[in-house]
Amino acid sequence: MVATFEPKTDYKVVGTRPIRHDGYDKVTGRAIYGADVKLPGLIWAVCVRSPHAHANIKSIDTSAAEAHEGVFAVITGADMPKAESKLVDLGEGNINFKWASNKLMADKKVLYRGHPVAAIAAIDRYTAEEAARKVVVEYEVLPSVTNVVDALKDDAPIILPDMVGDDLGEDVTNTNMAAHVRHEFGDVAGAMASAAHTVEREYNMQMVHQGYIEPQNATATWDEEDRIKIWTSTQGAFPARTQIAGILQVDVSRVKVTPTEIGGGFGGKIPVYFEPLAAILSKKSQRPVKMVMERTAVFETTGPTPGARMIVKLGADANGKLTAATADIWFEAGANPGAFIGPAAMCIYAPYEIPNTRIDGWDVLVNKPKVAPYRAPGSPQVAFAMESAVNELCENAGWDPLNFRIDNASKEGTRRGDGVLFSKIGMQEVLEATKESAHWNAPIGDAPEGKVRGRGIASGYWFNIGLKSSANLAVNSDGTVQLTEGSTDIGGSRTSMAMHVAEVLGIGAHDVRPTVGDTESIGYTDVTGGSRTTYATGYACWIAANNLVDVLKERVAVLWDINKDDVEFNDGSFSSKAEAQKTIGFKELAGKLDDLGGPANSTGSVDLESAGDGFGMHIADIEIDLATGKSDIIRYTAVQDVGTAIHPAYVEGQLQGGSAQGIGWALNEEYYMQDDGKMANSSFLDYRMPTTLDLPLIETVLVEVPNPLHPYGVRGVGETPICPPIPAIANAINDAIGKRLYNTPMNAGSILKALK
Amino acid sequence: MHPFAYVAPSTVAEAVAELSKHGDRARPLAGGTDLLVKARANVWELDAVVDIKNIPELMTLTINGSGLSIGAGVPCYQVYDNSEIAAQYPGIVDGASIIGGIQIQSRAGLGGNLCNAAPSGDGIPSLIALSAVAKIASVNGTREVAIENFCTGPSRTVLKAGELLVSIEVPKPAANSGAAYTRFIPRNEMDIAVAGVGVFVQLDASGKNFESARIALASVGPTLILASAAGDSLAGKPVNDETIAAASALARDAATPITDMRGTIEQRKQLVEVLTGRMINKAVERARG
Repeated sequence: MVATFEPKTDYKVVGTRPIRHDGYDKVTGRAIYGADVKLPGLIWAVCVRSPHAHANIKSIDTSAAEAHEGVFAVITGADMPKAESKLVDLGEGNINFKWASNKLMADKKVLYRGHPVAAIAAIDRYTAEEAARKVVVEYEVLPSVTNVVDALKDDAPIILPDMVGDDLGEDVTNTNMAAHVRHEFGDVAGAMASAAHTVEREYNMQMVHQGYIEPQNATATWDEEDRIKIWTSTQGAFPARTQIAGILQVDVSRVKVTPTEIGGGFGGKIPVYFEPLAAILSKKSQRPVKMVMERTAVFETTGPTPGARMIVKLGADANGKLTAATADIWFEAGANPGAFIGPAAMCIYAPYEIPNTRIDGWDVLVNKPKVAPYRAPGSPQVAFAMESAVNELCENAGWDPLNFRIDNASKEGTRRGDGVLFSKIGMQEVLEATKESAHWNAPIGDAPEGKVRGRGIASGYWFNIGLKSSANLAVNSDGTVQLTEGSTDIGGSRTSMAMHVAEVLGIGAHDVRPTVGDTESIGYTDVTGGSRTTYATGYACWIAANNLVDVLKERVAVLWDINKDDVEFNDGSFSSKAEAQKTIGFKELAGKLDDLGGPANSTGSVDLESAGDGFGMHIADIEIDLATGKSDIIRYTAVQDVGTAIHPAYVEGQLQGGSAQGIGWALNEEYYMQDDGKMANSSFLDYRMPTTLDLPLIETVLVEVPNPLHPYGVRGVGETPICPPIPAIANAINDAIGKRLYNTPMNAGSILKALK
Repeated sequence: MHPFAYVAPSTVAEAVAELSKHGDRARPLAGGTDLLVKARANVWELDAVVDIKNIPELMTLTINGSGLSIGAGVPCYQVYDNSEIAAQYPGIVDGASIIGGIQIQSRAGLGGNLCNAAPSGDGIPSLIALSAVAKIASVNGTREVAIENFCTGPSRTVLKAGELLVSIEVPKPAANSGAAYTRFIPRNEMDIAVAGVGVFVQLDASGKNFESARIALASVGPTLILASAAGDSLAGKPVNDETIAAASALARDAATPITDMRGTIEQRKQLVEVLTGRMINKAVERARG
């Protein structure tokens, strides 16, 4: 039985905006990130990487590198433990240790450009780099495939010859197709045939990267007792431990992971990269080993999100009701299976009630880096296709795109594309808020000479996840509370956790001192991902705080020599049910604990099946220079059902950050691949993410429909906002120039071409 | 990164002597914003780096009746912060003020931009348009090379091993003249040109006719391009939409771009035409004062 909660409004701490507990350390540069970790005797390691996207390794000669002065250890694929083929759930996507190990260090074959073939630890970084240049690798270059169409051709080079693909439950071999899934409901063919209006289009998207500012890193020691200690920038110390132990073939208790501060992840820091390599090099060198990735390698070898080919067909009746939808989607997995076609199927039709739907998804290998989660993995892609098609359907039939969405909105009882029935959701409230928003009701204004303007809207969806979290509390004698929790903090979560505790205990947010624990100081906690942290870890904090109240009631009972059941707690104060004038505040009690039984501690943990769905609508105004194709986003608004906003500034920040990333994805970001499988733009110079000068102030409208599954009504908010921007901008471009773009990026060159 | 020796001479003679010792395995260091990146990426494997910032002659900015002299190590901010340069050479300021961001501009200069010889160098088109000349020293003496002949290909220049750029000499602009530079970038700042156009025009006393013009293009060929036919087409012609459009079309013809991750041939040619028109108009506006 899942617990549900009634909405509350009389909060003291929830809904306020305290400054973040880690704020001063971060703005002054004192915060310790992965690259800041220093240990006595530390040495540096670098990788030797493949210059080819697909090649057999005929030989590797590391002798000259090993003889290079200052080199401590050299490893190749031969040094990697043979990890078993086993699928493990990491919260936001699965991992198979066999493929995960092979991704980190090539065995007989390189599968993508930059694939490590050796790693070298030396006295300093430059010595390691010099030695790396002395490793001689003989390659037999193979033809490579860099898109899903080529990868599925009969004569395509096979990337993983021993992979068995799953085609609707049937095993297939000698293929680049890792999986083909289907969800189908109703009479799709019949409904489509009788539809009054239909639209069918193909959409293509290039891979894009999360673009976190801090590169991947790891520092490792492997001691004489075979105990492995890892310091790393990760989105989850425990899932990192699971991966490291699985790849190194040791028990999880042999591995201690200490998470450092993290300079962005967006899903890309859920998989491990350097951690196992640094550990093996440490074992070999008997020194602490540190690795920090270069930006080129971050682009070429760490988690982009899938490029995609998608065909969407919609059918509607004469009254503007959606009756049928089909989607065929092919996602690039990179060189190992796992391209997020499952989440794509869950998300594509979610904002709509459509009685007859089918989706077919293919997970396809290509000679590119293995994809990693990126903010609502799979959803922005299908949102681009679906929301563009919806607008095109409306344009052809002469329907208003916002009223059409209101008429077709999903609600409690609507069946999602993968078959799940929605419980209480906020899509309709989001649409109403959009219709009432200042932006929607303001005219777009006249463009300067030579320019045109357009407005576009689109919806977006992420299902959000729950999973496992742990939190511990300890009362200090000065009336503050130590909070140790297991969620690494990317977006201000430790302050939101502290606010959960403070709300229960009736103390201030800054009276709670939050710390992110390592894997030996806190219970198991899943990734900071899936928009689960404030929901699930916050829930665990709420339980821990209530448990602490229970512990303290016992102490008050001792103090007053009454029965514990006769102690009440309200607004930070304990009182006696029998004698109302007998009260003691939380802080005063904290100072007396030494005489009342000593330390007062508590713990809380959760394992949550459901989370509460997240819906959003965005409005984008664009201005386009007709002579150059240059576009500027001149106004932008994100409307979203956020449940209860614990810390509204962080919630707004999530909406703004997701919008900014989506705008970059829409306009300029792409993996620009050369024919030989090399990414031509593997630097921030040519991989164009938007800067502050490229974005307007992103306005936010927080629609608060409290989530009944959380004590304070929290709903995940971080991922939904990256879903609407791409189609909202496509729809705005179409409004401005009367031409629709079906491929990303929708950069100046594409717009100029469309204008011809 | 290959280990290299760092030397910081205080005279041109010492600097060229040091450079000539190492042949092509030594490079002068000004702001270092290109050199250090290339050295760290092993694009250049250097045995010595010769820091020129202790040589007074290379760090001096001089503006007088005969023109402007920009020492090879003078950083961009000193150029665009100088009110006399801003008044007399706005085309140079257009370029110097958009190279990288504030931090880069406080280190990087036009001399380094020229010697780096990127086809996209934003500092270079205005120097070509303004008929500037590079002053070069070596152990054998000095020589001068017109800026349009200085870059010979991507990252390649006329500098021979042991030669050092000392300064960029820009003649004083004639009366009724104006210059301007712009580039097209996909973002609004901190970006690399997809196409760039620098224009110099000299008008007659009435301000209604072109006497001469020079137009230089960036990012649309293996090196910077002086679009002579485009500039020459304006000589003696009235200032109007027709003559400007004709010159813009000739500039488009002079562009020899490639298709790469920054843009396509067709897009770049169109940008050259559009930007040339816009910059001729801006230069005319400045010439009229």
